[in-house]
Amino acid sequence: MPTLRIPTPLRVYTDGQSEIPVNGATVSEALSDLVTRHPAIKQHIFKEDGELQPFVNLFKGQENIVFLGGLDTPLAEKDSLRIIPSIAGG
Amino acid sequence: MERSVSLIIPPDLLVKIYQNGEKSFPDEGAGFLFGTDTPTRRVLAVYDLANAREDAARHNRFLITPEDYLKGELEAERLGLDVIGVFHSHPDSPNHASEYDREWAQPYFSYVITSVYSGKALESRSWRLAEDRSQFIEETITSA
Repeated sequence: MPTLRIPTPLRVYTDGQSEIPVNGATVSEALSDLVTRHPAIKQHIFKEDGELQPFVNLFKGQENIVFLGGLDTPLAEKDSLRIIPSIAGG
Repeated sequence: MERSVSLIIPPDLLVKIYQNGEKSFPDEGAGFLFGTDTPTRRVLAVYDLANAREDAARHNRFLITPEDYLKGELEAERLGLDVIGVFHSHPDSPNHASEYDREWAQPYFSYVITSVYSGKALESRSWRLAEDRSQFIEETITSA
């Protein structure tokens, strides 16, 4: 199964785990699996309209999925997906 | 989730936070807070970061890139600490968390905001995002 790396501020929703296996052949499916298993994390990943929160960045390996296939980016068995938040304010 | 109501920042680290804000003035400065969360949340190191916003926006906006975020997490791990928060400055404006701060905030983190007036840091306050993302809740900064 692909693995999903969880950033520090979201680990409170994954029982403290920094890396979890996820089911899914695409990034979208992997995120669906994540929020199904850890529902409280959903509002910090997705907006109410189902779009990604603007501060959510997803990297497959070293590459931002924006430059791959977006949420349709395929995931293979040994792939590593990482959530990295944009930290912003002012 | 148990939430602490206070954030311990040792005086020497508060000075570093102030210095970041003063050095960055009239732009916003920013960085990470490294530390521990049990039994109480305590800052043990301060990690300056570049404000990646474009020139015209830096006076009232800050951005830490995903690449710098990752570097910060790895550095915290190297030190055996956790990333427990973010600090940033408000040049010539109060140290209240803004609506824009709230929209972009992460759960769990302490957000330390320092007012810097005419290049001089005045005061820091700290805020945590409510569970439903609807507001910030202030936490008390103590020195020990």
